[in-house]
Amino acid sequence: MSVSARRRFRMLVAVAIAMAALSSAVTSRYVLSTLIFIALNAMAALGLSLVMGFAGQVSLGQAAFYAVGAYVSGVLTASFGWNGWAALVLAVGAGALLALAIGLPIFRLSGLLLAMATLGFGIIVYYVLVNWSGITGGPSGLTGIPPLALGRFRFDTDQRMLWLAWSLLLLLLGLAGNLVDSRVGRALRAVHGSEVAAEAAGIDTLRLKLGVFTAAGATTALAGSLYAHYLTFINPSPFGFAYSVELVVMVVLGGVASIWGTVLGAAAVVLFVEALRTGLPLLTASHGAPEYEIVAFGLILMGFVVFLPGGLASLRKTP
Amino acid sequence: MTPLLEVRGLWKEFGGLTAVRGVDFVVEPGQIKAMIGPNGAGKTTILNVIGGALPPSRGSVLFEGVALPRERPHAVAARGVARTFQLVRLFGEMTVLDNVLVGCHRRGRSGWGACALRTRGMREEERRLRERAETVLVVVGLEERAALPAAALAYGEQRLVEIGRALAMEPKLLLLDEPGAGLDPEEHRRLARLVRTIRDGGTTVLLVDHHMEFVLELSDEVLVLSYGEKLAEGPPRAVRADAKVIAAYLGEEAA
Repeated sequence: MSVSARRRFRMLVAVAIAMAALSSAVTSRYVLSTLIFIALNAMAALGLSLVMGFAGQVSLGQAAFYAVGAYVSGVLTASFGWNGWAALVLAVGAGALLALAIGLPIFRLSGLLLAMATLGFGIIVYYVLVNWSGITGGPSGLTGIPPLALGRFRFDTDQRMLWLAWSLLLLLLGLAGNLVDSRVGRALRAVHGSEVAAEAAGIDTLRLKLGVFTAAGATTALAGSLYAHYLTFINPSPFGFAYSVELVVMVVLGGVASIWGTVLGAAAVVLFVEALRTGLPLLTASHGAPEYEIVAFGLILMGFVVFLPGGLASLRKTP
Repeated sequence: MTPLLEVRGLWKEFGGLTAVRGVDFVVEPGQIKAMIGPNGAGKTTILNVIGGALPPSRGSVLFEGVALPRERPHAVAARGVARTFQLVRLFGEMTVLDNVLVGCHRRGRSGWGACALRTRGMREEERRLRERAETVLVVVGLEERAALPAAALAYGEQRLVEIGRALAMEPKLLLLDEPGAGLDPEEHRRLARLVRTIRDGGTTVLLVDHHMEFVLELSDEVLVLSYGEKLAEGPPRAVRADAKVIAAYLGEEAA
């Protein structure tokens, strides 16, 4: 193992131990579910971080991939009685395929087009969820999604779900860390550095960027699938534009193209949204939290872009 | 023998401006060929067309007798054509070694899966590529800079990193776009030695420059361009004696 691979592995083990300790020491459902949501959000934001960092494009509809993961899993298991893992594989595949279908025409052009195309995609998916009620349950949603299970062992408690979500997240972080530190990762960083030079060095930049976007579609869909199995109930409202913005904020907060930064960014956003939800009604005596959320995120985003463009991850960068 | 590179009737127009007007030339394998001419003569435009960065308006570019792909630089690179840029284009945040390793991209084949899983094959390949990149760094004389971020190097050294990255591709043809720009005399001599070493290693070189003495001393054959047209072509000595070249260059040389 190279030095950096060993260091990454140690980091993963440390976090795994910390999570194992937390999951057995903490009994508060509130704390456990917050930790689970941090993992799911980090998973959803991980791919986006690579897209923004390496393909140099913003997806403003990443929530749609989360929705696709959640609904493919939810519908197949709750309505059609599929095995949860089979549905999960299909959900991930659907996320990847959709990303490929959107990315293929878009990456031939460039600029803000991916942002616009994904924004449109996000809106379309949202309206499909709301209006195709025969399958999705419409605005009232879909209930009775079974928890994932391995034989008789069901991931039906917060403790068990915490294990599952963090194990998968750590696995993905490990894979992503390996990827960045490899031939493919060098090519990605090269595209980030100078697309013209990367092309001249024989790198098919179009294909590479498409690959990142497809991988992001897959990981975000995976997170969505786990979300559905965790809550056992889904409706369209968490999959709207606001969530796409939250994901972008997580990436910027954590540091674009920083693998571990996505975990920091996800944690910061999840905790902040919780604080806003509990704190805001006390201040304004209203329940209009989502509107304030967007305003607050806008300010945070601007603050980070101006004062800490490298994100939270850049604070502890070792020389 | 078929020439390595053959440019036929090349025209390039940008809107109303014609940058290249029907230029023909060949590059024979194993030679150092130079294109010279004042700014705006169309030298860099020709390199950009050969490299696939720009489509020609008319004309064709054959490499080993087969047309080079248009507007797909990576596909041109895959045929064995490497290049450097007039204004150095490095991956500034990456180390010098990593910059050269990017040049080895096509020497490796590990894909997304193998890289994410760090398979044994991937690690062996990585070791091989790394050795190759280190060899290249010795050739360009930057082995002691391997671990530094490329952006931290002095300008002259950055040029060498760029040449190293191109060499790591093991190209048949190396295009150098003003490799001597911004170099001091000592660095110029070092560059000339390096270009000869590259040629002696079996790589054909086509370079663009407007430093007359440097070019005439270094190259086997010279192509003189003026306002997008070929003014003269031949061995350095003949070109130096050419009346049209003297006329076109007299002002510049005197200045």
